Amino acid sequence: MTSQQSPLPVKIYKRQNKARVFSLLKETLQDLWGSHFLAWQFAKRDISSQYRQSYLGIIWLFLTPLASAAIWIFLNSSGTLAIADTGMPYPVYVFSGTLIWSMLLEAINSPTVSTNAARSILSKINFPKEALILSGIYKLLFNSSVKVVLLVVFIFVFGVGFHWSLLLFPLVLCCAILVGTAFGLLLTPIGLLYTDVSRLITMALSLVMYLTPVMYGIPDSGIMKTIMTYNPFTPLVTTLRDVTVGQDVQFLSYFIGLTGAGIVLLLISLVIYRISIPVIVERLSA
Amino acid sequence: MAGEVLVKVEGVSKKFCKDLKTSLWYGVKDMFMGIKGHDTDGELRPKEFWAVKDINFELRRGECLGLIGHNGAGKSTLLKILNGLINPDAGTVTMRGRVGALIELGAGFNPILTGRENIYNNGAVLGFTRKEIDAKVEAIIDFSEIREFIDMPVQNYSSGMKVRLGFAVAAQMEPDVLIIDEVLAVGDLGFVLKCFRTIDVLLKNTAVIFVSHNMPMISRVCDQVILLENGEEAYHGGDVSKGIDDYYKKFVNNHANIVYDAGVLELEKIQIVDANKSPTDSINWGETLSIEICLGIKKNIDIPIFKLVIFDKEQRPVAVLKKNETNSHLKISNHKLHFRITHERNQLTKGIYTLSLVVFKANSIEALLRVNQVLQFQVTHEEDHYQSFLLDAHYKPI
Repeated sequence: MTSQQSPLPVKIYKRQNKARVFSLLKETLQDLWGSHFLAWQFAKRDISSQYRQSYLGIIWLFLTPLASAAIWIFLNSSGTLAIADTGMPYPVYVFSGTLIWSMLLEAINSPTVSTNAARSILSKINFPKEALILSGIYKLLFNSSVKVVLLVVFIFVFGVGFHWSLLLFPLVLCCAILVGTAFGLLLTPIGLLYTDVSRLITMALSLVMYLTPVMYGIPDSGIMKTIMTYNPFTPLVTTLRDVTVGQDVQFLSYFIGLTGAGIVLLLISLVIYRISIPVIVERLSA
Repeated sequence: MAGEVLVKVEGVSKKFCKDLKTSLWYGVKDMFMGIKGHDTDGELRPKEFWAVKDINFELRRGECLGLIGHNGAGKSTLLKILNGLINPDAGTVTMRGRVGALIELGAGFNPILTGRENIYNNGAVLGFTRKEIDAKVEAIIDFSEIREFIDMPVQNYSSGMKVRLGFAVAAQMEPDVLIIDEVLAVGDLGFVLKCFRTIDVLLKNTAVIFVSHNMPMISRVCDQVILLENGEEAYHGGDVSKGIDDYYKKFVNNHANIVYDAGVLELEKIQIVDANKSPTDSINWGETLSIEICLGIKKNIDIPIFKLVIFDKEQRPVAVLKKNETNSHLKISNHKLHFRITHERNQLTKGIYTLSLVVFKANSIEALLRVNQVLQFQVTHEEDHYQSFLLDAHYKPI
C-alpha cells in the first residue's frame, strides 16, 4: 500500500454542525447540471405514461381552462356580470387569463408533486434530487407549450392578430415559471412533512385568483385596486397577457423586480430543499 | 489498487422517533438546524431512541461485510446512512468511489411503459448516462432473458420478470462499493443463481456490504460480520461463524415442544452421552454420537419404531438416523423402554444441531409421539464450514 490516495470520488456523510450555504449551493448547481438526463427521462416517462392510457390525451391540458373561460364568457355575455372593458375581446382576455393562471398554479405545485411522486425511490436510491425539480420544469414547459399554441390560435380567431411582442412570450413565460417554481419549492420541504400545507396553498390560491386580473381587469379605484396592484401574481399574469396581445406592459418594473427576487428565492429554496430531503426521507420512508 | 479502504464508518449513530406527530415536528426543527447549523450534539429528545448506535468499521476493496440481526435491529437504517439517503446524527461515514445499491430493483419503473423504455428510466435513476444505456441495452435485455416481452408494458410482467429486468440493469453497474439488501428473493432458481454469479464476479473488485437473513450465504461470501442488536454491535469481527452462532442464539428455543402425543408413551429422559457414558451436549467431529432414551409405557404395545431427525441451526433437516429394526432386541421391562442409539464417526460439521423425535406404532405409520427440539448438541472441530457435512476423505497416489 502506498500512502497516495486514489483519484476516486469521496463522499462524506455526517451531522452538519456548521452552516455552509455556499458549498451547498455549489453542489446543488453541479447536481442540477449533472442530472438533466435523469430529469429528461423522468419527464418523458411521466408525460408518455400519462397519455398512453387516455384517448383525449393532451386535450385535457386545456379542457379545464377552456371550460372555466367559457363560463365567464357566458356570465359576461348574458349580462349576469358586468365586466368593465378590458381593452381586447373579452374571450381573449378571459381565456389568456385562465391559461396563464393554470400555468402558474402548475409551477407552484410542481416541485411538491414531483417529489411526492418519487417518495418510494427517494428512500431507496441515492440520485440527484434536483432532477425531480428539473423534471417538473420540463413537464411544465411541455404542458405550457401545448397551451400556448392554443392561445395563439385564439388570438388569431378573435382578430387580435400578430404582434412582435409575442416573440417575447417564451422569455416572459420562463420568468413567470421561475418565480412560481421558486415559491412552490420554498414550501415543498414543509409541505412534504405536513399535508396541511398543500391544502392551504390550494385553498389560498383559489382565493387569490379573484384578487388577480385573471377574469376581470383592475378596477379604477377602491380597495380592490390597491390589493390587485400590489398582488405579486398581477405582474406575472398581466405581463404575459400584454406581450401576447401586444399591449403596453403595465407592470414592467414590478415584473423585472419579481423575476430578480425569484432567482434569489430559487437558489435559496434549492439549498433548503437539498438540506431537507434526508430529513424527509428519514421521517417518512417506510 | 486492491486493499484500499473504500468504506470508513466512525461512531455512526441514528435516532428515530416513536411518535409520528413528534417525529414530524422534530423534522421541521432538524430542517431549520440543517440550514443554520446544529447547536446540539444530537442527544436524545423525548420519545426518541437510538435506531443505530456507535457503529464502527472499515472495509477494503475485495472485502465483504455481512450485516445480520433480527428484524428491526437497525440493518436497513445503517444501509440508508451508508447510501447517503439519511444523515447520521453522530459520527462520520466516508465512502470512496462509485456506490451501487441493490436495495430495490426496478426503481423508477412505470407500469404503463414497456420494458425497453423502463430500462432507460431505471438506468437513469442508477446514474447511467444515455450513451451508457444505449451501449448496454442489448446486454441488459439478454441478461434478463425476456427479449420476447421487452416491448410489452411492465404492468403485465410477472413479479419475477420485473426483478429480472431490474437486476439486469443493476448488474451493469461497475461500483467500487456495493450495498446489497435482500432483493433477490423473487425470481426462479436459474435467475437467482445467475444473480449470485454476477455478485461473485463483483465481489473481487468491490467492497461489499451485504444484508441477509440467509446465513449460509453470509458465511459463503463474507469475511467479517456485524451482528446488530437494538442498533448496537452485538458482535463484530472476522470470525463469521461466531457471529452467526450468536445470531442463532437469539432465536434458540430450548424447550422441547411436544407436537403430538397419543397418550401411550411418555418421554422420561433423553440425553447424549460421551465415551464414558456420562451426559454431555458436545461431541467432536468423527466421534460416536450416542443418545440414551428412556420412555415410560402406559399401555401394552409392541416395540415402536423410532425416527430421529437432526436439524441444523437454521432448522433445516440435514440428516435422519436409521430407524430401529424389528430384531434390535429392545425390551420393555417394568413399563419402561430404555435404550441407546449410536452413530459412529459422525461427520457433521462444526455447529449446533437439534434433534426431533418421532415414535411410530410398530408396523404402522401411525404416530404415537412427536417431539420437536427434544435435544440440542454441539459438534466441535477446528475447521469451519458452512456445508452440513465434512466427509472423511483419503488421498492416495495412483
